[in-house]
Amino acid sequence: MMKKSISILLPFTILFFHCSNELVGQLMPKPAQTQTEPILLVGATVHTGTGEIIANGAVGFKKGKITYVGSLEGIGEQKADYKTKDVSGQHIYPGFILLNSLIGIEEIGGVPHSNDKLEEGDINPSLKTVFAFDTGSEHIPTLRFNGILHVESIRSGGLISGTSAVMEMDGWSWQEAILKEEAALHLHWPSSISTSYDKSTNTRNIKKNSSYDEKVMQLENLFSAAHSYKSIDGKRTNLKLEALQGLFEGKKVLAVHAEEPKEIIEGITFAKSHQVKNIVLVATYPVLSVKEFIKENKIPVVLPPTYDYPDHDGMDYDAYYSLPHLLSQEGITVALNHYGMLSTSRNLPFYAGMAVAFGMEKEEALKLITLNPAKILGVDDRIGSIAVGKDASIFVSRGDALDVQTNALSMAFIRGKEIVLDGAHQESYKRYSAKYGHGE
Amino acid sequence: MITLKKLNFTINCLFLLTFLAVHGQQTFPKNDISDERPKAFAFTHATIVIDPATTLEDATLIIKGGEIEAVGTQIRVPDGYAEIRAEGHFIYPSFIDMFSNYGQPEVVIPRRGNPYVKREQIQSDTKGGYNANEAIKSEYNGAHNFEVDKKMAKKLRSQGFGTVATFRPDGIARGTAALVVLGEGHENNMLLQPKVAAHYSFNKGSSTQDYPVSPMGAIALLRQTFYDAQWYASQEWKPFTDLSLQAIIDNRNLPQIIDTEGWLTALRANKVAKEFKLDFIIMGGGDEYQRIEEIKSMNAPLVIPLNFPKPFDVSDPYLLPKISLTDLKHWELAPFNPLLLAENNVQFAITSHPINQATDFLRNLRKSVLHGLSQEKALAALTTIPANLLKVSNRIGTLEKGKLANFIVLDGNLFDDGTMLLENYIKGEGHAVVQPPNKAVLGEYQLEARGLSATLKIQPKNKGYLAQLEAPKGTVQNITFSIDGEMLGLAFEIDKKKYNLGGWVSTSGNQTVLKGNGTVDLHRNISWKAIKKSDDTNNGTKKEVSKIAVQKGKVIYPFMAFGSEEKIRPKTILIKNTTVWTNEKEGILKNSDVLLENGKIAKIGNDLTVKNATIIDGTGKHLTPGIIDEHSHIAISSVNEIAANSGMVRMQDVLDSEDASIYRALAGGVVAAHLLHGSSDPIGGQSALIKLKWGESPENLKIQNAAPFIKFALGENPKRSKSAPSVRFPRSLMGLEQFYSNAFSEALDYKKDWAIYDQLDRKQKQNTAKPRKDILKEAMLEVVEGNRHISCHSYQQKEMLMLMDVAERYGFTVNTFTHALEGYRIADKMKLHGVGGSTFSDKWNFKWETRNAIPYNATIMNKEGVVTAINSDSRETIRHLNHEAAKAIKYGGSSAEDALKMITLNPAKLLHLDDTMGSIKTGKSADVVLWSASPMSIYSKPEKTIIEGAVYFDIETDKRLKKQNQKERTRIIQLMRSKGSAGTKSLKISNTKPEFHCEYIEQAQAE
Repeated sequence: MMKKSISILLPFTILFFHCSNELVGQLMPKPAQTQTEPILLVGATVHTGTGEIIANGAVGFKKGKITYVGSLEGIGEQKADYKTKDVSGQHIYPGFILLNSLIGIEEIGGVPHSNDKLEEGDINPSLKTVFAFDTGSEHIPTLRFNGILHVESIRSGGLISGTSAVMEMDGWSWQEAILKEEAALHLHWPSSISTSYDKSTNTRNIKKNSSYDEKVMQLENLFSAAHSYKSIDGKRTNLKLEALQGLFEGKKVLAVHAEEPKEIIEGITFAKSHQVKNIVLVATYPVLSVKEFIKENKIPVVLPPTYDYPDHDGMDYDAYYSLPHLLSQEGITVALNHYGMLSTSRNLPFYAGMAVAFGMEKEEALKLITLNPAKILGVDDRIGSIAVGKDASIFVSRGDALDVQTNALSMAFIRGKEIVLDGAHQESYKRYSAKYGHGE
Repeated sequence: MITLKKLNFTINCLFLLTFLAVHGQQTFPKNDISDERPKAFAFTHATIVIDPATTLEDATLIIKGGEIEAVGTQIRVPDGYAEIRAEGHFIYPSFIDMFSNYGQPEVVIPRRGNPYVKREQIQSDTKGGYNANEAIKSEYNGAHNFEVDKKMAKKLRSQGFGTVATFRPDGIARGTAALVVLGEGHENNMLLQPKVAAHYSFNKGSSTQDYPVSPMGAIALLRQTFYDAQWYASQEWKPFTDLSLQAIIDNRNLPQIIDTEGWLTALRANKVAKEFKLDFIIMGGGDEYQRIEEIKSMNAPLVIPLNFPKPFDVSDPYLLPKISLTDLKHWELAPFNPLLLAENNVQFAITSHPINQATDFLRNLRKSVLHGLSQEKALAALTTIPANLLKVSNRIGTLEKGKLANFIVLDGNLFDDGTMLLENYIKGEGHAVVQPPNKAVLGEYQLEARGLSATLKIQPKNKGYLAQLEAPKGTVQNITFSIDGEMLGLAFEIDKKKYNLGGWVSTSGNQTVLKGNGTVDLHRNISWKAIKKSDDTNNGTKKEVSKIAVQKGKVIYPFMAFGSEEKIRPKTILIKNTTVWTNEKEGILKNSDVLLENGKIAKIGNDLTVKNATIIDGTGKHLTPGIIDEHSHIAISSVNEIAANSGMVRMQDVLDSEDASIYRALAGGVVAAHLLHGSSDPIGGQSALIKLKWGESPENLKIQNAAPFIKFALGENPKRSKSAPSVRFPRSLMGLEQFYSNAFSEALDYKKDWAIYDQLDRKQKQNTAKPRKDILKEAMLEVVEGNRHISCHSYQQKEMLMLMDVAERYGFTVNTFTHALEGYRIADKMKLHGVGGSTFSDKWNFKWETRNAIPYNATIMNKEGVVTAINSDSRETIRHLNHEAAKAIKYGGSSAEDALKMITLNPAKLLHLDDTMGSIKTGKSADVVLWSASPMSIYSKPEKTIIEGAVYFDIETDKRLKKQNQKERTRIIQLMRSKGSAGTKSLKISNTKPEFHCEYIEQAQAE
């Protein structure tokens, strides 16, 4: 009995403290209002995300959709339809897209009960992140502050971890924040090698993974079953097989996570042999050794942060700094994601900036976090670049948004809604600056 | 009469003695009548290697009662001695292995869980009056626990060993070794000397006690134990009994051997030896050639293994990149290790350790000679040197009169490839090793059986025979040929008929005939004979081994990718026409010249000219002071010790110069780093301050005369908040406060105790117990007296306030709060106390205690006047600290110059290095970085990173090193292919270092 009463009391206690926090002002920024009047941003350098730069340009949008992109002169008389905002000397970018992220389902990595990403089972294609996505995550304001306006949210674990959702970084609940409810099914291709550590000799022994073939066979059986499932009359419902149908119809993307060259080649060959329409490879450095294969099969690639540390001693210090450039110059579509400590995923723009320091053109690097991820997720009809007809999910920065020292947003819009940029961090900053009389 | 069983020369009767010897000891009761037989015999006409420098041809060795009675040429064999003619045979003293675990009980290493999530074991589990630490097993006596292990003895004898000094490899103090011979008799006869050496290591072995978990903890424990032993010895009336300390004292005149596993640990052991004026004999790892200068300067004898790596399987091109250049080069160079030691006049003995390599021992010994080691040195390393080092050369090591009859008999020169070790004599008792083919049987015969006439050829093959039958038609086939006792057998099929022949050997006159009976197709009985036509002319397969391998690969510093053959040296450098971020009141100077000379910044100005300087055009580039990381864990072998107060451990003891992180940090413009202990304990170890001098030895990385520092830690880690079963005090912030207060009070009391003792006169001192020297309390005293600065891992404001309160009560100042994520909330109080803040730029929300962090922390602390640094705590982030600093511009609008100071001048101030580092000022150390653009821009990269005038990273040199790296890999891999690396389907490679951060603990990774 005692135990029960505690479990009833506990939620109230938490609620109480939560309320008290709100009272002292640590409230999440309020979600934005729907766009009511047409807006025209003028005078800025427009980085369209397609590689184009428009100096002294203008971007107009109505009811959440972009209606004008071009030079200020080019708009002519229609200018009168818009409320004009002068952003001279600033830069306009399409909202950045963070791929393959735990945002919305992980809060504090080291506090297990603040996270919502564990599940049983190895094959979970029907798990949909969207239901677990928390628009109240404290990470969200910090991402927006740096220009990240969309996140593909997905857990990892098992062979098939689930189906990701593309979410906007604003909304009262997950229902308002959906950009694409079911975007990509994440397949973690089995590891072809296994490594054991021998403490007495401080050596690692690399062997063929004895369960590799079995796991691949498991996937073969699953996908074959999914193919035949469609045409069975009077079938019994199988939610897992149903979740796979979107892959064959081209409605969902298959994100194949593969590490070693063998896994990359076999994973992609597997997906193609099962007539998966849209495939993306989530890879690390070894992908470079099979770039010909990637090119031939026209597979887009999601790469780790350029900040990634080289995997072994012999690797060049700039191995990951220059990796996006080395693949993209082959004509491969490349995007970047983040992993590791979740809070630093707000540095996504700087991963692209680092790629510029190591060989890439700036506007090409911008694509790594805008148009290319949008294409990969199959949402480039709506986001990823600044073009007429697309969502007005864009932002204005006072300086170059790929450089740390100049990434400084002055305004941001998601489907035309002007969102609040300041979050708890900014509020704390103001409070303590005031306490000490800084800036007076 | 020829007998098939016999060897080339006959000594069979002597083998019987082995069995008699079991009962031969006089003190044992008899259950029979006496059967003592003469144990006197002589080898004659042999080549006898008396000692490594003396070889006698056609010589005689006379043995009586297990000892050498005489040796020499022209010695008459006395009457009653069995004579064994040994023409063509070589006799050597048998080998001595001074680092053996033969006949000792097996050491079972228990599984150890991650100490973060297990119930700690703070006390020793050893029962009895022994040391407080379970890893101190100095009371162990190798002789008391020795048991003859016939299987292992046979294995070792087959490799030439006759005597070993055996100990149990368990613990940091391992007790004593016994000198034993490798016979199969009773232990009473096999044990030559019960105590012949004392053993030490840095490996806690089977101890389940938590401390020490790290190599620096092992060093600290060993140091404290030696101090304790000195103190214990000086006490007339012991305040308590410690049998382990007593054993250390009792055994201190024995040779002291320390197990190091390689040059890096050897240098660490040598430092301990110097501190205690001990003459350690160092058991090496076979990689000493990688830092031969440092090894040589230890001036200590070594024991080295011949653990030459096998070639890698290089068949899978996609797996190749996983093999490190270090592993590849070590494969090529390891066989040169003995030669390089010898060339540098380093005295060494050779061991068969590790024992899993024992069956390759002779092969690897010959390989060493093939790689240039002289036969004399090789033999000395196995005989006279170990005998001398163990102080037993009066009994073993050479074949001189009066010494034990421990010798080996071979059918040729020991070092020739193909020479067989036939017999191994232990105290005059022979043990057969290899039965060579009977030469009398070898040769070409004419075989006659019913309906068959063919030529039979019998040749030696390895240790057996190869028989071939040549039919009249000229077809040759290999046939089955066997000898079993006096019977021989032949089996073959010819003309679709199956012959099974059995028989014996008979001689008539000078002719050898094989003859007997047999069957054809298993039913028709026949008789057969084979008459020898000629003897075997094939003179075996022996090949003389002389130096034929040439060292093609070069040693590089460090011994890994991006190392160089030549160490990097300072130059006079003039950087022209560049933008100089001085961090001084001059601010940023445009179009200026900077001269670096003698490791210092010599001049700053315009239009400087100087003779013989390397001129660097700095047009369009930026020159800044080198980056200093206030919080790093690179270039060390381990990070966390586990005692709640680990203040006795020193990170300087475990520096690791062979860490790729050093090079990668240089490529990010870092010149120096503060290497901190982890945050596992309220009081962590003493820090090390290094400059990133890529290629230098660990000792040379240290910043000379740097201020002493120590790590403290507050919050979840030292409190073990994540570990439900933890029993370690303290678990709360209240507990932490008491923990610190107690540590400081104890330190002050310690000082008092010594002060009282020191005041006594000599006579009074004799009647007073001397206080115990405690290296932990000494460190605490340094802290409380303000002589050792605290860098304290902290997140929350309350805990920082607590530590400042404690420090103020004890009258000292906390130097730095590192992380200090809530520093912005108490910046005014930090300023008042005088503590600096060293923080992350924007890491946040990764554990509960970090939820209030904001990226404006650095800016706010800095504006409030707190000396503020931005650190990495990561081998990854250390590579772009300039980006981290730029976040102070983005978050809160710090100026670019202020931001740069947060990673240069401010950490220099926090680390008390600002008199020589942190700004570009005449007279300061020439530690500078030349950037391709403004250092705060993400598009900028370091082109040159200079430390004390030496260019340790150069973006152009890097391109060359990348190519060189590839070329060297290709060369060695091709060499490996030519050696026919076995397709083992698996790849055994050296472990790569895990990422060290505050929370990393050794065992969490290993299991």
